Amino acid sequence: MLNAANDWITSHKIPLGLWMSDLVDLVRVHCTGLLDVISGSITWGVDSFTTLLQAAPPIMLIVLAVAGTAALKRRFLAPTLVGVGLLFILNQGYWDDTMATLSLILFSTLISMLIGVPLGIAAAHRPWLNKAMHPLLDLMQTLPTFVYLIPTLILFGLGTVPGLISTIIFAIPAPIRMTEMGIASVSKTFLEAGEAFGATPRQLLWKIELPAALPMIRAGLTQCIMLSLSMVVIAALVGAGGLGVPVVRALNTVQVDVGFEAGFAIVILAIILDRVCRSGDSGQ
Amino acid sequence: MNSALSFRHVDIMFPSRKGGGLVDKAIVLAREGKSRAEILEATGVVLGVSDANLEVERGKISVLMGLSGSGKSTLLRAANRLNKTVNGEVLIGNGVAHVDIASCNDDTLRDLRKTRIAMVFQQFAILPWRSVRENVGLGLELRDIAPAIRREMVDEKLELVGLDKWADANVKDLSGGMQQRVGLARAFATDADILLMDEPFSALDPLIRRKLQDELMMLQKKLKKTILFVSHDIDEAMKIGNQITIMKEGRIVQTGTPQEIVATPANDYVRDFISHMNPLPILSADSFMKPLAPDLSNLNLAGSGPYRLEAATGKLVSDTRNFSTLFLAEGQPAPQTLAEDCILCVHQTTSLSEMAALSQQSPWPLLVHNGSSIIGLCDERSIISAVVQVSQDAA
Ligand SMILES: Nc1ncnc2c1ncn2[C@@H]1O[C@H](COP(=O)(O)OP(=O)(O)OP(=O)(O)O)[C@@H](O)[C@H]1O
Ligand SMILES: [Mg+2]
Repeated sequence: MLNAANDWITSHKIPLGLWMSDLVDLVRVHCTGLLDVISGSITWGVDSFTTLLQAAPPIMLIVLAVAGTAALKRRFLAPTLVGVGLLFILNQGYWDDTMATLSLILFSTLISMLIGVPLGIAAAHRPWLNKAMHPLLDLMQTLPTFVYLIPTLILFGLGTVPGLISTIIFAIPAPIRMTEMGIASVSKTFLEAGEAFGATPRQLLWKIELPAALPMIRAGLTQCIMLSLSMVVIAALVGAGGLGVPVVRALNTVQVDVGFEAGFAIVILAIILDRVCRSGDSGQ
Repeated sequence: MNSALSFRHVDIMFPSRKGGGLVDKAIVLAREGKSRAEILEATGVVLGVSDANLEVERGKISVLMGLSGSGKSTLLRAANRLNKTVNGEVLIGNGVAHVDIASCNDDTLRDLRKTRIAMVFQQFAILPWRSVRENVGLGLELRDIAPAIRREMVDEKLELVGLDKWADANVKDLSGGMQQRVGLARAFATDADILLMDEPFSALDPLIRRKLQDELMMLQKKLKKTILFVSHDIDEAMKIGNQITIMKEGRIVQTGTPQEIVATPANDYVRDFISHMNPLPILSADSFMKPLAPDLSNLNLAGSGPYRLEAATGKLVSDTRNFSTLFLAEGQPAPQTLAEDCILCVHQTTSLSEMAALSQQSPWPLLVHNGSSIIGLCDERSIISAVVQVSQDAA
């Protein structure tokens, strides 16, 4: 009896995997032109920005970064940290890879914020959308990265774009969530102050909700950058450049020293980016 | 249509569950005089306000009073539709015509909120990411007024509330009293003629509260706004209100001038309210002065001192000296320092507490006038006996 049920269940497999691969095929067949345009322009953007960063004299960039942090922060610790960290990366010979990673993170964060903040605002204003989006966002952050790496590879081929897309899928829930929370938690009295003076819904958004939610949105930005950075190795696996590349190479050739050097560079970059992001909000 | 703001048969209900059908039933029950608890039990609808009728005259301060939960804020917020009414009209008049803000379309509503009605909040609702000037300019900014003009208008209002030195300050650095000044300036800035104030001073400590009340009254003399003011402090209401409305459980119990409320309380609820009141500020001079005979020629004031009132000049004289008389109009404050032989002649509406203060400034008795002629006299003894009388009544 139980055996029969078991057999029936196993023999009538729901073709979930098949559906997904059919879907991917469908997209590939019908949208090749569009996909090529997207892929081409993103690759061009990331690559040319990488080239630009790599072409600039490292010392000049380091000086600029230190000066910038000092101007934002007006303290000694953060600029010192930035300076020492970047010099160390330069010393270890990972400057170019670091610049490529920086460029990748910049683009993924930019795209994540451009999509995530409006989505977060929309969700905060529409409870049903928020409810519908929650499980999806959870899925995006828990689904093993490799699962959606495969279709992106098929659609875009090896290179920068699949790396960027996986990074965005992993990082974008942060700005969406934080924006949604920030807007939803704006004090009712602030909203009423705006309404009482005749604000339109649009004015309410720009003059009350967004400024009030700004600290949360900024926290979402910081998280987004950190999450993007945590994807560098996986991005390298599908052909994106950056600090992930030496890590992957070290993995393949079992080189402990290279692995540690590149890993250390990633950690330093993380600390620097974290410091710089926070300097904005600790200014007050 | 002389009222600037009038509520006509206003009902406000808060349905706690979805589905509007029960609201109709709640209104019927409310009209039958059922209590809030009974209505909630039967329909799941919270009664906010039931059948409220109130006329606020142009240039007057009307105070809504009542215990917590009596529906004061709910009614006030219907005046700019922060709360929606279920029934009735809320008319905003301009002397010739009026608009029903409860039923107008969204554009008209926003226009009214931008130009006619402004609001001051209990918790200040000052936006912490804006400077003082930017906060005060909020209403003008929403109206898309050019920055240069806006700045000029804002600075004028900042001066009005004594914040001109703080224009660029961070609002987080201001004390509560200062923050509420920003709130007042913000409400004045749009030049709205109707101001809604929901317990604007309750969050402040007593000294600052009194100070701001005084400032508001000074400003009101100049600006002549129509103000709907919520308070749960009867002393505050008596002090600033031209009209007082007492509310209970979402219904208006009595509306009248402070004097009317004190003289003829409608029921025990109102009586209970005024029994907690400090009567010194409302007892007016004509109620405890020594009246003078209409014919002043034979006046003998020997009983109140060695003075004589000269009918021809209206001056007070004694056997040894002449006095100059300083007439104070209604509400006009006395000068800081008085000449030694100056006699004050105050208006009959001057309160007992003011009279007590004035009597300390001048060693001579105070005369009382009614706007056209001198009708009475208060010396120290009559003031003291009035205070004694009041404190005996209160005990
Ligand atoms: N948005 C709302 N939703 C549901 N119920 C409400 C809402 N606003 C007010 N009420 C209810 O309406 C009643 C009247 O409230 P209101 O705030 O007008 O009282 P109040 O007289 O201003 O009291 P307080 O002195 O405490 O401010 C209360 O029972 C309150 O719970
Ligand atoms: Mg209230």
